Amino acid sequence: MKISREDVLRVAELAYLDLTEPELETYRAQIDEILEYIGKLNELDTARVEPMAQVLSEDQTADATLREDLVIPCAVAEDVLRHAPDPEPPYFRVPKVIER
Amino acid sequence: MTANWTIDGVREALAAKKISARELLADFYKRIEARNPELNAFLTLAPERARRQAERIDALVAAGGPLPPLAGVPVAVKDVISTRGTKTTCGSKILENYVPPYDATAVERLEAAGAMILGKTNCDEFAMGSSNENSAYGPVKNPHASDRVPGGSSGGSAAAVTAGLAVAALGTDTGGSIRQPGSFCGIPAMMGSYGRVSRYGLIAFASSLDRIGPFGNNVRDVAAILRTIAGRDPNDSTSTTAAVPDYCAELAKPLKRPRLGIPEEYFGEGMAASVRKKIEAGIAVFKKLGCELVEIRMPHTDYAIAVYYVIATAEASSNLARYDGVRYGLRVQDDSLLAMYRRTRGAGFGPEVKRRIVLGTYVLSAGYYDAYYLKGQKVRALIAQDFRDAFTKVDAILTPTSPVPPFRLGERTSDPLQMYLADIYTVTGSLAGVPGISVPCGKIDSEDAEMGKTVAMGKLPVGLQIFGPPFGEARVLQLAHAFEQAGGADV
Repeated sequence: MKISREDVLRVAELAYLDLTEPELETYRAQIDEILEYIGKLNELDTARVEPMAQVLSEDQTADATLREDLVIPCAVAEDVLRHAPDPEPPYFRVPKVIER
Repeated sequence: MTANWTIDGVREALAAKKISARELLADFYKRIEARNPELNAFLTLAPERARRQAERIDALVAAGGPLPPLAGVPVAVKDVISTRGTKTTCGSKILENYVPPYDATAVERLEAAGAMILGKTNCDEFAMGSSNENSAYGPVKNPHASDRVPGGSSGGSAAAVTAGLAVAALGTDTGGSIRQPGSFCGIPAMMGSYGRVSRYGLIAFASSLDRIGPFGNNVRDVAAILRTIAGRDPNDSTSTTAAVPDYCAELAKPLKRPRLGIPEEYFGEGMAASVRKKIEAGIAVFKKLGCELVEIRMPHTDYAIAVYYVIATAEASSNLARYDGVRYGLRVQDDSLLAMYRRTRGAGFGPEVKRRIVLGTYVLSAGYYDAYYLKGQKVRALIAQDFRDAFTKVDAILTPTSPVPPFRLGERTSDPLQMYLADIYTVTGSLAGVPGISVPCGKIDSEDAEMGKTVAMGKLPVGLQIFGPPFGEARVLQLAHAFEQAGGADV
């Protein structure tokens, strides 16, 4: 077994994700099978391989295309807040985080 | 069914005043009204927005002025691509009522070129899936056989174009989500090189893999849409400054006896015999066209699915952290902030998304990062090297798009790993960043596909995939066009 019930609980906590009891066991079993499959990567010796984080070459990446740091008008607050679940313009309202 | 409209057909009919843009639009909404209840390809329609555009086009026609390249073309947009003022759900309950305050660059460019945006198409939730069955709003049906999936995740876009409910459509491809539904629905479908099309406004799944690309009724239409949406965008730092050729003009150029690689690894076990037969017939068409066929090896192909499900889920777990119930989308209220996060995410995400968040968080977590994520990135480099090596010997690579014909609704939903393996021939190009197209390559009898069992009506499409080197879109399109003109769709 690659992944335990406790692992799934720990990871769900890291991801702030409520899982029901049946979800917990179903995902554990399915992810276990997927991790077993992913284990085939260990057949390859990659000791001398550089990890690849993205596909573009040096001259195509942000360094070559960084823009000037200019202030541009961006009056979208009203639009953005209109679709918020609990807006209190100009703020988003959330449950109390600090206890007195 | 009458023959589907093409982009040139629309512009010529408008210019000759055979039909107005408003009449054309009304006709398409009538088609959608008639077929969509059964296909479930569209989630949201944008009639007001489309009508305003139709009026602009009709005014241009009345003024006798030149018409823009996509004048009056009715286009569908996958629901993971932002449209200002029009609901964009990503096929998820967590964004059920989300209305973006801005347009994706690709959408903006389509409209600037004269296209009419009809509405938003169904897809797997957050583009995670290969059958469109992971949509929170129900699956899409394959227009060729109602008991079959249309492919995914861009199943709604593929079905809409196939059924004549749109002339062209935008999809997104992270591991095969444009090419595989193109194959399953029997229409050309293309993903340009990573960086070719701006991702601004594409709601992120896996940022190092996500790409926007077109579906059309023929390769020329795919070329026309790609040319419109491609090119540098200051709002996406990964969109490149590489010049955008006139892909449509390139199509007419004669093939110069290109060398085409046939990688042995894409023809192994797991491929349906009926699919193999069609792909081999398709390859024979290229030979007849004067192409030189070269057997090549791409030794790390077999590791691509494993790499993909490490990297894509890791990136997804990070990208989807933004759905917390604070700024947009669903909120499930609770007295504490953290409980609100947990409950909102638990209630808003569907099973496949939760599975991938758990897997992605796991491979990034302390103690497992090196074993999974770093290892995945290293093998990704080996897969990209396979492509670089291949392109020193050949001009393009031919493979099947999918190892199997469209499968039945419900057939693979209980086994995620089996579903993932449907992407075995497409994820390689996603990881390497190269451009790829799927073109129709014959149809097979459903009984042929089922080894004797006659169930579905109609015939099931097969797709042939062409990979080119980075920014070799013109070559890929040219080959696809030559194949189409030589009758490739009917092999």
